[in-house]
Amino acid sequence: MSNRAVPYEKTLALRMLNDMLRIRRMEEKAAELYGAGKIRGFLHLYIGEEAVAVGALHALRPDDAVVATYREHGHALVRGVSMNAIMAEMFGKQEGCSRGRGGSMHLFDAATRFYGGNAIVGGGLPLAVGLALADQLQHLQRVTACFFGDGAVAEGAFHESMNLAALWRLPVLFCCENNLYAMGTSLARSESQTDLCAKAASYRVETLKADGMDVVAAHHATRIGTEHIGEHGGPFFIEFQTYRFRAHSMFDPDLYRDKAEIESWKQRGPLHGYSARLKSQGLLTEDEFLACDAAAQAEVDAAVAYAEAGTWEPVEELLRDVLTAAPASGARS
Amino acid sequence: MRTSYREALRAALREALQDDPRVFLMGEDVGRYGGSYAVSKGFLEEFGPERIRDAPLSELGFVGAGIGAALGGMRPIVEVMTVNFSLLALDQIVNTAAALRHMSGGQFSVPLVIRMASGAGRQLAAQHSHSLECWYAHIPGITVLAPATVEDARGMLAPALADPDPVVIFEHAQLYNLEGESNHGGPVDIATARIRRAGADLSLITYGGCLPKTLEAAELLAGMGIDAEVVDLRVLRPLDSASILASVRKTHRAVVVDEGWRSGSLAAEIMARIVEQAFFDLDAPPARVCSEEVPIPYARHLEEAALPQAAKIVAAARALMGK
Repeated sequence: MSNRAVPYEKTLALRMLNDMLRIRRMEEKAAELYGAGKIRGFLHLYIGEEAVAVGALHALRPDDAVVATYREHGHALVRGVSMNAIMAEMFGKQEGCSRGRGGSMHLFDAATRFYGGNAIVGGGLPLAVGLALADQLQHLQRVTACFFGDGAVAEGAFHESMNLAALWRLPVLFCCENNLYAMGTSLARSESQTDLCAKAASYRVETLKADGMDVVAAHHATRIGTEHIGEHGGPFFIEFQTYRFRAHSMFDPDLYRDKAEIESWKQRGPLHGYSARLKSQGLLTEDEFLACDAAAQAEVDAAVAYAEAGTWEPVEELLRDVLTAAPASGARS
Repeated sequence: MRTSYREALRAALREALQDDPRVFLMGEDVGRYGGSYAVSKGFLEEFGPERIRDAPLSELGFVGAGIGAALGGMRPIVEVMTVNFSLLALDQIVNTAAALRHMSGGQFSVPLVIRMASGAGRQLAAQHSHSLECWYAHIPGITVLAPATVEDARGMLAPALADPDPVVIFEHAQLYNLEGESNHGGPVDIATARIRRAGADLSLITYGGCLPKTLEAAELLAGMGIDAEVVDLRVLRPLDSASILASVRKTHRAVVVDEGWRSGSLAAEIMARIVEQAFFDLDAPPARVCSEEVPIPYARHLEEAALPQAAKIVAAARALMGK
């Protein structure tokens, strides 16, 4: 873990901590609700990786765009989607941020330019290239941040997108969350070249490795990336080295990882490391930590209540939003 | 005005590029090469490389980029060289373009137009000749068009661009040199089928590259005393069931002509609708003329034998009429 001093004033320092706690408590609750049958489908938890989303997204501007994966609860939350809307979506309620049509893997929010929520590995990369192309053509100075995992680098979409973004000098910030496993297959077992920055660099994309367990490092790397894009145009690639503490999804018995490996990464957990540094720098007291955690827990409780109180969309509305002009029943099929 | 299908497509594209700065054309060899079917020849000089954007051979990547650009406020027209190559982009079309509006709860529409050539008849063998329109017509969330006339080649692009959702346009490769009348040059509807030849005895229902063959068959049938009506579907999704059924209820007999393979074909879907909704109007079981179930072969005589031809359509119609 980085021992670099936390360079923030207290408000920002605590907001980062608070956001990591909000993700952690929300997802712990989601796992519990999954067990209780309130949340169904696939549920992929981000626990352990929170520093990446929090660090990276705090370095973006409100008019930037975000494209994420199916492990995106944290990204949506930090980007500004309300926990109520996220929880309601996981419940399948129409008060959810995708009206219950998407679920855990497909959180969307136009207001914060949060473009999902993509459950095809690598599927979001071409989309991000296109969003950045639109910005370039319209002379808009903004960035599209595209999150994806280490598994995505095996997809053709990764290579095609790297090339297009570099060739056309598009303002895409590629944020690779390398948690070392594509579901159950380790990077070393699936890639001839495990240095992900080398892959991006082969397309003449500027790259940076960052400690994805350290929110300060993640934030700093993202700032470097966005500043580089602003100054030089063209894409930037960051490999966030991170680890998920939970299994791939709720169906995963996690037979492919060594327990000692998991434990060693937990020692580098993003929450306690960061809060310890804040305390040593006099930016945080134990009481403040407890208050912060209690606030996150209260937000979770309220979100669960909101989702419970949410309503099921009438089945009569099943066919809405397939096409923009809602068809009269049976007219279009 | 008499013009060609290719010139009609060119006129429509030029008009779109002139009228709306959000429109740009992107695909393999659309720029310096001039388009693999010469549809965009000269456009690079006229509109510049930003708007006539040559893409590398990355169908998944540039179709996906078209989706993103559409989300970002542009009105991209993405050209894929052939339907066979579009399979490399199928993930982006089906899993993203078609699904995004629904799975985002109505927040994100994708105003994207994808053009591609389809179909056989030029001895290009099994990787450049297929008719997979049916696969696209299977997907909720996209509109699928098959212009088969010069007028539709000219008039379908503007409404497709105005559509807030993805539209896939199939240009049959055999039609580019087709000549015909482009009466007004204005937009046409992209919702209904058209009667291309009125008739009383049976309905020949077709689309795309099979329309000229079907019209030819109808003329041959006329010489045999059989008055065939020819229905051009034009829009493959959503199907204009009302027009299909109206024709069948008038003639009481139907032959569907479809360049796709028989099994799981669009023809099968149309016949199912006829049987479901006009069963008691039928005087004979509906029939179909499709491609033989073989990857399209190279040798000319074998390719011809694999495809719907006027003679096969005539034979099917005569069998149906008992003549």
